[in-house]
Amino acid sequence: MSAVVHGHDHGHGHDHDHGDHGHGHHGPYGGFMRWVTTTNHKDIGTMYLWFAGFMFFVGGMMALAIRLELFHPGIQFLNPDFYNQLVTSHGLIMIFGAIMPAFVGFANWQIPMMIGAPDMAFARLNNWSFWLLPFAATLLISAYFMPGGAPGAGWTLYAPLTVQQGMGMDFTIFAVHILGMSSILGSINIITTILNMRAPGMTLMRMPLFVWTWLITAYLLVAAMPVLAGAVTMTLTDRHFGTTFFNAAGGGDPVLYQHIFWFFGHPEVYIIALPAFGVISQVIPAFSRKPLFGYASMVYATSAIAILSFIVWAHHMYTVGMPVTGQLFFMYATTLIAVPTGVKVFNWVATMWKGSLTFETPMMFAIGFLILFTLGGFTGLVLSLVPIDIQLHDTYYVVAHFHYVMVAGAMFSAFAGIYFWLPKWTGKMYNETLGQWHFWLTMIFFNMIFFVQHFLGMAGMPRRIPDYPLMFETWNQVSSIGAFGFALAQLIFIYNLFTTLKSGAPAAQKQWEGADSIDWTHLPTPAPYHTFETPPVIK
Amino acid sequence: MRGSKLLAGLAGLAAATSAYAIPWYFQTPGSQIARDVDHLHQYVMWLIIVIFVAVFGFMFWACYAHRKSKGHAAEQFHENTTVEILWTIIPAIILVIIAWPVTRVVVAQKDTSSPDITIKVTGYQWKWGYDYIKGEGEGISFVSMLSTPREQIEGNAPKGEHYLLEVDNEVVVPVGKKIRVITTAADVIHSWWVPVFGAKQDAIPGFLRDLWFKPEITGTFRSQCVELCGKEHGFMPIVVRVVSAEDYTKWVGDFKKTQLAQAEDPNKKWEPADLIARGEKVYGANCVACHQPTGKGMPPAFPPLVGSKVVTGPKEGHMDTVLNGKPGTAMAAFGKQLSDTEIAAVISYERNTWGNKSGIVQPAEVKARRK
Amino acid sequence: MTLDANQKLFAKLASIAIGMFAFGYALVPFYYEICAAWGVNSLGEVRAEPLNTQVDRTRVITIELDANSHGLPWRFKPLVNHIEVHPGELATVEYEVVNERREAVTGQAVPSYGPERAAEYFRKIECFCFSQQTLAPGETRRMPVVFVVDPKLPKDVTNIALSYTFFEVAGRGGKS
Repeated sequence: MSAVVHGHDHGHGHDHDHGDHGHGHHGPYGGFMRWVTTTNHKDIGTMYLWFAGFMFFVGGMMALAIRLELFHPGIQFLNPDFYNQLVTSHGLIMIFGAIMPAFVGFANWQIPMMIGAPDMAFARLNNWSFWLLPFAATLLISAYFMPGGAPGAGWTLYAPLTVQQGMGMDFTIFAVHILGMSSILGSINIITTILNMRAPGMTLMRMPLFVWTWLITAYLLVAAMPVLAGAVTMTLTDRHFGTTFFNAAGGGDPVLYQHIFWFFGHPEVYIIALPAFGVISQVIPAFSRKPLFGYASMVYATSAIAILSFIVWAHHMYTVGMPVTGQLFFMYATTLIAVPTGVKVFNWVATMWKGSLTFETPMMFAIGFLILFTLGGFTGLVLSLVPIDIQLHDTYYVVAHFHYVMVAGAMFSAFAGIYFWLPKWTGKMYNETLGQWHFWLTMIFFNMIFFVQHFLGMAGMPRRIPDYPLMFETWNQVSSIGAFGFALAQLIFIYNLFTTLKSGAPAAQKQWEGADSIDWTHLPTPAPYHTFETPPVIK
Repeated sequence: MRGSKLLAGLAGLAAATSAYAIPWYFQTPGSQIARDVDHLHQYVMWLIIVIFVAVFGFMFWACYAHRKSKGHAAEQFHENTTVEILWTIIPAIILVIIAWPVTRVVVAQKDTSSPDITIKVTGYQWKWGYDYIKGEGEGISFVSMLSTPREQIEGNAPKGEHYLLEVDNEVVVPVGKKIRVITTAADVIHSWWVPVFGAKQDAIPGFLRDLWFKPEITGTFRSQCVELCGKEHGFMPIVVRVVSAEDYTKWVGDFKKTQLAQAEDPNKKWEPADLIARGEKVYGANCVACHQPTGKGMPPAFPPLVGSKVVTGPKEGHMDTVLNGKPGTAMAAFGKQLSDTEIAAVISYERNTWGNKSGIVQPAEVKARRK
Repeated sequence: MTLDANQKLFAKLASIAIGMFAFGYALVPFYYEICAAWGVNSLGEVRAEPLNTQVDRTRVITIELDANSHGLPWRFKPLVNHIEVHPGELATVEYEVVNERREAVTGQAVPSYGPERAAEYFRKIECFCFSQQTLAPGETRRMPVVFVVDPKLPKDVTNIALSYTFFEVAGRGGKS
């Protein structure tokens, strides 16, 4: 159970330092048991973030193995079956183990403080929601040690390929169920906290946008996650209990799986993106020293994106053979999502416009997000057009597109959030020079990995192959070198993080001049273990 | 118009660089549809680039001119309903302008009516089967497998020019004719694609799908399976050779003659050494990916043949397993894909290699076992 | 807010989650309903009533016949590769299936059409696909399909591929 121990030790070690700097460190028990039984939203947020960090590392190692194999044509290190297993778990781990828990960590830390609540609505449920994760992650990784290894069907787990897989597939299905459970319980907690526990005067339309985006995301999760549970349960019964949901022999249809999966799958990407938008909506105004432009529009745009996300799913399925009417409907609906997303980008730029800008690390990541997420959004627009998608579906163009929005989008936003809020959480200031180095190297290497993948896709390289024809070699080499550079760049972040936690300079109470949410204006830095036990009155 | 000159320039650049070793753009279109897709893509890309430059032009200007270090003080405006309405409506209009020409191509791509030739394509793990079911060439049937030798893949031999893009039997079609392709699969979902013609369609087990293309240029066009279908997903290419009408007629005639000649007499009695040698070739083309050159397999998914009960046991069980496959596992039914002679040869090879010594099976025995 | 209000909201949201799980399963029949409404992918077929229509001799539809057996030790083929019919005209084609195994095997044929939208205009009066077929060891059987192409078939459809895939029914324990 190394995932547990690891996540544990770091959280334990570091929060001891935090606590020692003396702000009402809680409780008669310290050590291991504190973390197992804590119901404090700050502790739980910390655990989610450490867990996510560890899973980024695991998923990242898998990515490096993949890019290493793809450096040259030919099979050098990984046999094709194991390669497919790595591709599959890289996706599952990054989505369910890394990026989603990271934003839940932000939610836990920030939501109560931003709305003037003392903690989450269901504090013990919050603890369970976290602890389900290391357990699920262990199941997921243990699939590798089952006969036949982990499933090699891609994170999308299409039938009937999944029906052929070995026992590792069943472990993965159980892991997905547990991950889903954790997300759903966490989301119920978030919605209840936001709707029921705001301080007097903190109306819905005065909440920081980060809180709004999480409110909307939590509803998406409650609605979409159970559908994924249905899809993998059907796969489980098709595998073992004689059902034929996805088997034509019994009157079923493999394409049915795709519909059910993507009905979840499309809202899922907005589940990842919306909290990222929320973080950016906190960071950009703070460093522009200017309020967020068009607050109400931003709320409406986010809601529109969430609602539309339920009617576009089959744009992942243009080549399955659906009737023309279906293709056209999903194409029109998908292009429509560009409108509210565009509104958000314009609003962020308008926030910066005529502000008084400084460019500390959080702002650098936010600007990087703005440019690269928009680029990813544009390639999404290209893919939404059916005839173009016919050429690009299941090629590296798609891989490039989603890494732009997920990594340069969500992950950059997560970095922005960490640099932005670390002073508030720990009372310590990170090293700004190292932060800038981290940003620039990440920016350069990210583009090196993924920009050239657009070329690969257009030139005809399919996804999910361990070996490729010779004409694709050059861009694959560039991409692989970029991957190793990117990984090394993250060491700067890790070094910065650990040295800051150990002996960073003290942060100011309001570290960021332009920050204006009540966690910055009403609370000491670092934030005490218990905050807003008496609700503040918001005028 | 300057715009179209620019477009032509870009297309030219793409074509020129695609002639070099570093392809970065769509392959040179070989059909009207592929050309339409290319034009649509360029049209959308230009729109995107203009919008991107405009929006981030504003942003970079703000980063420069509205810096605190330059002394710029922040204004406090934070809403403007007119602007919000404008930048909601204008993008919506732009999307309609994009969707309009695209719709025409979507509809055109689905029109599989009145083809000249219909070919049924079946995806297998991990090869393609082709059956010409209507039009000139009707009755031609073959399996198309990767022909790149394993030594090249494993790095023990230098890679050929068409590494991973070469097959033993290519799909041949005449230029200028409308080809309708019906796809299906025998096991899991595969996907058939020829980028030069802009045609792609998933091959779904238990169902038919169709697509069409009309090649306008002759040549040999290469592509790969484009839906993850298991271990050897990257090793089942698609090669389509487009020839003139006369060459096509000649190919049809020649192929049918070869097909007849190749149907070996199943009653021939083979010398063991010859049968085993032949079997080694069959093994290398069909079995080695899973059961490995050492016969050790990759248990439990791909069991070993060395000392296995099936291989060292009664011939009948061995023949049944190879002919009919093993339901619920990855072991396919090779009875449909291989001739009696090929099956007898590969069984004999397995029964006499890696220390196994369990006898020979003649083609006539396989033929009898089929009934 | 009171504990009570929180618990009430929890219950509401949890029931949404459970409802969405049920919705996932409800998507299964929805899918088949929508496919039927759009005339695609019709798997569960019913015997059609013979149409009392005039034969439309101005149109010729080419019916391409195809046969697959999925994992079954059966040789399965149409007797001809294609026939030409007029819409409204009753036609019969035959398929031949041979059981190559040493024991009786039961199979179910599942039809598929290309283009999918032709399915709703292809009316089968008699078809071996309506019921499971059990073949004795080594048995060869010829099976007819009697059908009429509905004259309402859209004008732009000139070719219909009719494909059957035989799947084994008994003796597999539910595995594909």
